[in-house]
Amino acid sequence: MEGDIASMGQFIGAGLAAIGSGAAAIGVGHVAGNFLAGALRNPSAAGSQTATLFIGLAFAEALGIFSFLVALLLMFAV
Amino acid sequence: MAEEAHSEGTGLVFHPLDQFIVKPLFGEGPIQWYTPTNVTLWMALAVLCVVALFVIGTRGRAIVPTRVQSVAEVMYGFIYKMIEDVTGHDGVKYFPYIMTLFVFILFANYLGLLPMSFTPTSHIAVTAVLGFGVFIIVTLIGFVKNGPSFLGLFWMSDAPLILRPVIAIIEVISYFVRPVSHSIRLAGNIMAGHAVIKVFAGFAAIAAISPISILAIVAIYGLEVLVAFIQAYVFTILTCVYLKDALHPHH
Repeated sequence: MEGDIASMGQFIGAGLAAIGSGAAAIGVGHVAGNFLAGALRNPSAAGSQTATLFIGLAFAEALGIFSFLVALLLMFAV
Repeated sequence: MAEEAHSEGTGLVFHPLDQFIVKPLFGEGPIQWYTPTNVTLWMALAVLCVVALFVIGTRGRAIVPTRVQSVAEVMYGFIYKMIEDVTGHDGVKYFPYIMTLFVFILFANYLGLLPMSFTPTSHIAVTAVLGFGVFIIVTLIGFVKNGPSFLGLFWMSDAPLILRPVIAIIEVISYFVRPVSHSIRLAGNIMAGHAVIKVFAGFAAIAAISPISILAIVAIYGLEVLVAFIQAYVFTILTCVYLKDALHPHH
């Protein structure tokens, strides 16, 4: 393994950016788990709220995708 | 979802991001705006599939629908109900645009799951056009329908007066980030999923772990079939939410 200090920084930065994906996973699990908890308490209201569920999942996931994008940019664009 | 950005030429037989390279269909050479590439080929195929399903499939207009016609009717009813639920009755006018977005993204995602194919929606250049198109159209609709009172979207009249300017700044920023997150969400999800499949395909060359990696590819492929639908659904429903904000800016 040879290389310069800049590419080492790239690799470390990309790895750090990958932490963001784990954080997004926590967020997505939180949304889905709370939805399930609520849906089991009141199953008759659950069907009308699936759209809200997916919007919440999308917003939580978008930020994880941003960190994935930062990792990709560090690896391939910088 | 997934996280793959490494493998710098060492170990793997091929690079997992090689599948996203845009190539001209005929011969080599520089890519101009008119050059037919694999992107244009698979986008055209997606459009052809939509035409086959919705124009040729429903040509009979039977009272008792055939199989293809009932698939088209289910998709039509699904999007129609979604628009009516989210935007209310006056959003139904924009049904053709939203339906077009949904079926195009859905078929582009699903055609991209075929082996050796190319996924146009994995490129931010493609999804950014869709996302910024939605942003511009929705903003225009908001100003045409409501006039200057569309700006009331940013002025929370039920918040305390001192906080309102701060909230307005945050709302304006989040409004302008919308097209970015809207497009990157779709491209990022699709690209990450396909890259993961290719990474496991690279592991399949190592004899000791090849059975596990092939099983993993099968599992991830099943997940990707789900993700391809969910991302098309999410893109469409967020378009509906933005449209609702434009039609009814006062909360």
